[in-house]
Amino acid sequence: MAFDIHSMLAKSPWFVHYNCNSCNGCDIELLACLTPLYDLERFGILHVGNPKHADILIVTGSVNHRNARVLKNIYAQLPLPHVVVALGVCSSSGGVFAGSYNILGGVDKVIPVDVFVPGCPPRPEAMIDGLVQAAGILRAKSAGAATVPAAKPTITVTPSPAPQEPHAA
Amino acid sequence: MIGRLIVVVLVVLVAPLLGALLNGADRIVTARMQGRIGPPLLQPLYDLLKLFRKEPVVLNRIQIGYVYLHLAFMLMTIVLITLGQDMLLALFTHAFSTLSLVIGGMSVRSPYSRIGSQRKIMQMLAYEPVLILLVVGIYLRTGSFMAGAVAHLDAPLITSLPLVFLAFLVALEIKLEKSPFDVATAHHAHQELVKGITLEYAGPYLGIIELTHFYETFFLLALVTAFFVTHVWLGVLVALAVYGAAILVDNVCARMRTTWMVRYMWTVPMALAVCNIIWLYLQPHAGR
Repeated sequence: MAFDIHSMLAKSPWFVHYNCNSCNGCDIELLACLTPLYDLERFGILHVGNPKHADILIVTGSVNHRNARVLKNIYAQLPLPHVVVALGVCSSSGGVFAGSYNILGGVDKVIPVDVFVPGCPPRPEAMIDGLVQAAGILRAKSAGAATVPAAKPTITVTPSPAPQEPHAA
Repeated sequence: MIGRLIVVVLVVLVAPLLGALLNGADRIVTARMQGRIGPPLLQPLYDLLKLFRKEPVVLNRIQIGYVYLHLAFMLMTIVLITLGQDMLLALFTHAFSTLSLVIGGMSVRSPYSRIGSQRKIMQMLAYEPVLILLVVGIYLRTGSFMAGAVAHLDAPLITSLPLVFLAFLVALEIKLEKSPFDVATAHHAHQELVKGITLEYAGPYLGIIELTHFYETFFLLALVTAFFVTHVWLGVLVALAVYGAAILVDNVCARMRTTWMVRYMWTVPMALAVCNIIWLYLQPHAGR
């Protein structure tokens, strides 16, 4: 078996987690992945508190105008190669908040996203699947292969029609 | 001469591998204690190789210089001990290795890095007296500061330094960054400290710090083995048991306050070590 240095990135992806005004549902489910029931550390995945140590940036929540700047800042601090995972339907499209006046509607409006994990919240199994995919992309990026940004999930929450402006009396 | 050179090269090459394996075993044992499966045994090596593949992010060059000094002085400590050289010198090169990390952590503006560095200084304040008393105890026993003199003893050090050994075990817990003393760069203190002293290092530079940690784990457990120098295999077994006990203590203790750590170290382990030194000093053969 030939030694592949790039596979080391897939074997030890450390993630940092940023909440872009999520309702905390996805965040709590993500932390559930670290508990004994799911045990993400089996895959060498560690939760770090520092973007400079991280390989994967996990973003939850529909991005708004105030935290888009913070998200860009955190993204800029990730050393290459890095992967962005958008967790939950809010970070895919804005979710139930899509169309709201302060919502940008999706992480991909601010930074390129490599993996979307839709759901409200996604099941821990789906999250682990997304993170393992992200580890594979990390390896491809380390090897210099071209990776395409993920397509938006097609099955997602349809935003309800915007309320009509009340007519002037 | 050539033989000694080969031994030094072997130790320098094998020590990080053993250190990495010990750290891998630590992560598995910790996971099992928490009811998890845990990562593969070689996970620390995967982490290390990954870090060396990452982009080197440099905040300032001074910080990077101190990372290299951190590793270089740790290597120097290991080489000095391997060659049986002056233990006081080894003690201070070891302290300078830690101090390099502190200065590196202080040379950036991040408040978390500085909090971690300040706590590292408090840790040094807590454990260095115990290490110095350890060297003094070995001097009283062998009549020499040379590490090589330990090898010529007829009875193992543990028979004359049992209390110093106990105090050293507590110091070991601090050096390995285990609870209740993991105040400077805890793996589990995101909310409080983010990553403390290693916060502003990324990629290969963080890798060098990890590598130094592997060397340090090896060095500390080699010191434990030195207490049983006439029965090396017993010493190795005791060192492994001590490491297991350190993991157990890590998992059953909460992280305590830095001031508590200093107060504790300067009372209980210090009292143990000082009693041992006084007893040894009153022995008729001491220091000659």
